[in-house]
Amino acid sequence: MKPGLSGHPSLVDVAPMARQSALKLWLSRLEGPQTMGRGRGFWTGFALVVLAAAAYPQFADGWTVGNTAYFLVWTFMALGLSVIWGYAGALSFGQTAFFGLAGYAYGVLTINFGAAYGFTLIALVLSVGVAALLALVLGYFMFYGRVTGVFIGIVTLAVTLVFQAFMAQTAGPEWAIGKARLNGFNGMSGMPPLTIPWPGGEIMLYADVALYYVLLGLVVLVYLGLRMLLNAPFGNVLVAIRENPDRAEMLGYEVRRYQLLAFILGGALAGLSGVLYTAWGQYITPSSMSITAAALPVIWVAFGGRKDITATLIGTLIVIAVYQSLTIYGSQYAIVVMGTVLVLTVLFAPEGIVLSAAKRVSRLFGKGRGK
Amino acid sequence: MMILQTSGLCKRFGGVHVARNIDFGIEKGEIHCLIGPNGAGKSSLFRLILGAHAPDAGTIRFKGEDVTRTPSFARIRKGMSVKFQVPGIFKDLSVRQNLVISFQHHLHGHDLEATIRRVLGFTGLTGLEDQLAGTLSHGRQQWLEIGMAVGVEPSLLLLDEPTAGMSPEETRQTGEMLRELNAQGVTILAVEHDMSFVQQIADRVTVLHFGEIFAQGSVAEIISHPGVAEIYLGASDDE
Repeated sequence: MKPGLSGHPSLVDVAPMARQSALKLWLSRLEGPQTMGRGRGFWTGFALVVLAAAAYPQFADGWTVGNTAYFLVWTFMALGLSVIWGYAGALSFGQTAFFGLAGYAYGVLTINFGAAYGFTLIALVLSVGVAALLALVLGYFMFYGRVTGVFIGIVTLAVTLVFQAFMAQTAGPEWAIGKARLNGFNGMSGMPPLTIPWPGGEIMLYADVALYYVLLGLVVLVYLGLRMLLNAPFGNVLVAIRENPDRAEMLGYEVRRYQLLAFILGGALAGLSGVLYTAWGQYITPSSMSITAAALPVIWVAFGGRKDITATLIGTLIVIAVYQSLTIYGSQYAIVVMGTVLVLTVLFAPEGIVLSAAKRVSRLFGKGRGK
Repeated sequence: MMILQTSGLCKRFGGVHVARNIDFGIEKGEIHCLIGPNGAGKSSLFRLILGAHAPDAGTIRFKGEDVTRTPSFARIRKGMSVKFQVPGIFKDLSVRQNLVISFQHHLHGHDLEATIRRVLGFTGLTGLEDQLAGTLSHGRQQWLEIGMAVGVEPSLLLLDEPTAGMSPEETRQTGEMLRELNAQGVTILAVEHDMSFVQQIADRVTVLHFGEIFAQGSVAEIISHPGVAEIYLGASDDE
């Protein structure tokens, strides 16, 4: 021990206290100026929604629950886009590039190395890491190359379309990584679902009740984690950059670094959706990176309210549920409705329909965003 | 002791020289005003000092360190602070949020709260902390930005026309505010048009003309300088 520290009240006692206060600090950030909802009313509502979602499989058959799990798969990509676009002010139109890349990475890894010993979970982490790495490289060239505004949307859209075009021409047998055939336009299939090692037999998470619970847990974790992050100094800086990047720079923040970090986070979350989607349906195709696929997250987030993750989450689930119901009548028709939703949102509630409605309700009850 | 010193600073945009071989220094503890007719290069020099423009030649030293190639955000972290002419505040965020964002990389917890309270008091914004910054009056927006710039006790405060658009009373109050800050040890460089305001606050004045230093001295020396009256004060009488 350094001489200066002798006589200090034992460091062993201080460390748990510091940890406790750090935990308290992070928990306090569940509420704050960058996220809607605070106080007992909000958290009671939150708990009730989570409880209802947890109870739901008791009242539905496994097949329906598995389909509902599909809705949850997409929420991570939407939350990530909300961070990049809504909080950091950079509209990415190509989140599907990270989604697709991570999905294919999961396929390649698990087809080659199987699902034993919990490898699918490692593959999940690695694939999300691959998506984050792409976001790091792409984001570095964009943000440090002074690409701003609408050009971020154009570059990211171009990237996802290049990925789609590339994967679509990999039909020949020469396009294989180990045992995994890329399989061109028809896409890759045959990868195992997420598999949790368990004493007495592995739990294979097919599109059923168990997967639903895992996804529900993940949504809650990611949502709460993002709330804490966005109400931390990091979130404040993102919002400052969105509002006035020059001022943020002149307050001593390296704007490009923060934009890059937000972009990596958003890319990783899109990658998580990609892995979960691939594991859920055990297939991934190039069309998951198409222009239509790329536009959908923008519509969900715009509809919900890009500047708030709660509004984004609710809006995304609503739009996906409606979209799924409409596709029963034909997918082209559903896409037209989605386009109309986007136009109406932009015209009548540019902040997002869910967010505008929530603000109106909170004004009625005299409660706004946290201070 | 010089807190900021430029030597041989040059910058041109196309055929226009906005800074020609500028050797310029700010003494620690002074209020230094930068004046000159429109197009004299005041804002360009201001932006060169801040790092918003990169010079074509010359060097900038801040607290003895060469910062010529240092990006703006890093200069701010070394102790510069800035208030722009058009209020550079976050209009859609609350007054409090504006202050939190301005101070959070230096201060946390109780220190942050105490500084926010102190700055609110100093800028006369106590009680308005939950109001959206964009809904404040123009003068108050200017004060909020001054508050954002001084909360972390900068070594050098850079002000671009701090009283632009203010009423005479607001201008007077701003002058008092700057004097008080200066008394607390903040060195100030202000680009300013309003000569009566310059007389109220300045220790030393530098006059720029066509991107060059035309004259330098105390307020009295500058006012009695025949050339300055011709190029600047005469022009301002016509405005």
